Amino acid sequence: MEMTGAQMVIEAMKLEGVDTVFGYPGGAIMNVYDEIYKQKEFRHILTRHEQAAVHAADGYARATGKVGVAFVTSGPGFTNAVTGLATAYMDSVPIVVVSGQVPISLIGTDAFQEIDATGISRSCTKHNFLVRSAKELPRILKEAFYLAASGRPGPVHVDIPKDVTAETAKFDYPARIDIPTYRPTTKGNLRQIKKAAEVICKAKRPVFYLGGGIVHSNSAELVRELVAETKIPAVETLMARGVLEHDNPLLLGMVGMHGSYQANMAMSEADLMIALGPRFDDRVTGKVSEFGKHAKIIHVDIDPSSIGKLVDVDYPIVGDLKEVLEVMIPKVKECVDPDRYQAWRDILKRYNEIHPLAYEDSDKVIKPQWVIERVGQVLGDKAVISTDVGQHQMWTAQFYPFSFPRQFVTSGGLGTMGFGFPAAVGVKRACPDKISVNFTGDGSILMNIQELVTAVESRLPVINIVLNNHYLGMVRQWQTFFYEKRYAETDLSFQPDFVRLAEACGGIGYRVETKEEFDEALNDAIEKGVVAMIDVIVDREENVLPMVPSGGTLYNMLLEYKD
Amino acid sequence: MKVERRVISVIVQNEHSVLSRITGLFAARGYNIETLTVAPIPESGMSRLTIETRGNVRVIEQIIKQLHKLIPTYKVIEHEEMIEKEMVMMKFPINESLSNIQALCEAYNGGIANVSSQHIITMIADEPKRVRHFIEAAQRFHPIEIVRGGVVAMERE
Repeated sequence: MEMTGAQMVIEAMKLEGVDTVFGYPGGAIMNVYDEIYKQKEFRHILTRHEQAAVHAADGYARATGKVGVAFVTSGPGFTNAVTGLATAYMDSVPIVVVSGQVPISLIGTDAFQEIDATGISRSCTKHNFLVRSAKELPRILKEAFYLAASGRPGPVHVDIPKDVTAETAKFDYPARIDIPTYRPTTKGNLRQIKKAAEVICKAKRPVFYLGGGIVHSNSAELVRELVAETKIPAVETLMARGVLEHDNPLLLGMVGMHGSYQANMAMSEADLMIALGPRFDDRVTGKVSEFGKHAKIIHVDIDPSSIGKLVDVDYPIVGDLKEVLEVMIPKVKECVDPDRYQAWRDILKRYNEIHPLAYEDSDKVIKPQWVIERVGQVLGDKAVISTDVGQHQMWTAQFYPFSFPRQFVTSGGLGTMGFGFPAAVGVKRACPDKISVNFTGDGSILMNIQELVTAVESRLPVINIVLNNHYLGMVRQWQTFFYEKRYAETDLSFQPDFVRLAEACGGIGYRVETKEEFDEALNDAIEKGVVAMIDVIVDREENVLPMVPSGGTLYNMLLEYKD
Repeated sequence: MKVERRVISVIVQNEHSVLSRITGLFAARGYNIETLTVAPIPESGMSRLTIETRGNVRVIEQIIKQLHKLIPTYKVIEHEEMIEKEMVMMKFPINESLSNIQALCEAYNGGIANVSSQHIITMIADEPKRVRHFIEAAQRFHPIEIVRGGVVAMERE
């Protein structure tokens, strides 16, 4: 069938089962938007900034595992989208971003709103394409979706010149594709898996090191089974929160810079680390030479370049975690004796008794951790939780009672302030039956505050909970600890009236200074089901603890801070 | 860890901007490129790149894995034992001894490529180590310009 490039884009969305596109129109992508106007296949959500469009697509993808889609125009439209691409790239999130480009004849002439988009996105996408003719567009779009979702997932960028969207060609959408240069290994090496099962059964102090790959490969159920069968304790990275249920007695909590004492001690004293889909990020390992010093390491990952990148691995297994676990679990079951690890579990239990993850509550001022626990009590598994980046993000990771994978949507690798709100909009679109909550800070929320308009207009209620300490809190904390309290540009005492700001955009705002007020505000926001902003004035000087100073060793945690 | 030299051949799909994907990867991750040669493989739609690089074992391993990870990469060939050759062209003033220069070049698989009223142009092709020797030895003829072609390599077996 003959059609224009713009029509092909719409057709491809239909064939890929896309129900939502987040985006923002502009000159170079107008032909595509003209076709959006005519179609009824998917809903287009107009964000108020291109960065937010990509974060929303990202939030949608994280919450569902489906490919998120965003459309932007050329030049500034695309450059605004770059932070979104980089955020998705660092956390391996499958999204496809389609950008307009100036007509082919103008490429390279410094035309209006021209930028070398594929040149810029090359280093922050899994792959990218500059489309040269309408004829190749169907294949490229098919490849884009395939590449985004397969292997180690990631963002794919498709840059389409304006004349290509106007040009007509035959629409021949491949049912299947075969890229001879791209064949991810999904099946793990059987001998390695057998060997891994043996060392698991022989270990004395093993620990599961659970990473985001479990979420991407949808293998949390299998991981839960493996943990239950072996009774081996487990730590979760930031990206793996929710893989195990919060009340699983074998879950030691989060690992790393703000990990729990028992989790970090377990990693430091283990004789075997069973790494399932993590990437040994520096925020987890601390000083690499001390990381897992006494441990043999099994590392399962679909990306060979993740294995042995930072830490030498004794039993590397390249493959899709799900396929590997399906083979590994029966083999481990054959030989494992869960009682074998009892002494080890007792040691860790003792560590937790000495230094549990806790905070000192107060009657005079709201503690940020209390707010998170409270929301956890009220909403529990009824909510999907997004965050921005900073102290509130770490407190959420530490204190929210997560109970299923994809319940926690946060920018881990890139650490993008401004991610949370648009992501939570995408989450709400993806999971209409869940309550979409965004924990944020008074710094982060202002980085995509314009999305109040998007959320209200699109009727995608998000409850923003601003843990407001009138500081750029995490940087302030570092200044307190490591810069002798020289608070360079971190005092955010001057700030907007968040209540009126929310209301100016058609949302509802609450300012909260007591626990009672918070309960009332939260219940009211849930009941009303509209876009809400709860401005919670919290203890200004609260710190995220424990803390492993940057480059420090995991077992040397700051457990308290005294002035 | 010991820094070692390594020659890696990469077979890639011959498509738009594939070279910048490779060089961009080296730049972004701080890897070294000592020499780089690229040319299409006849009638295959593929190109072959030969990259001479340096790094410790972990870096070399990452380079190879990262090259593999690029979508247009078909194959990464890295062997301890590669037959390596590099071509060099050199320009000398006309007043230097033509016969001595010719003798030297012949010792390194080369010869005189062109003689004009002003200059003598020579070319040689030899193993990278011998190329260095040639360049050293040629200094006494006061070369005006040296053009190195970069290493090309082929697996021995």
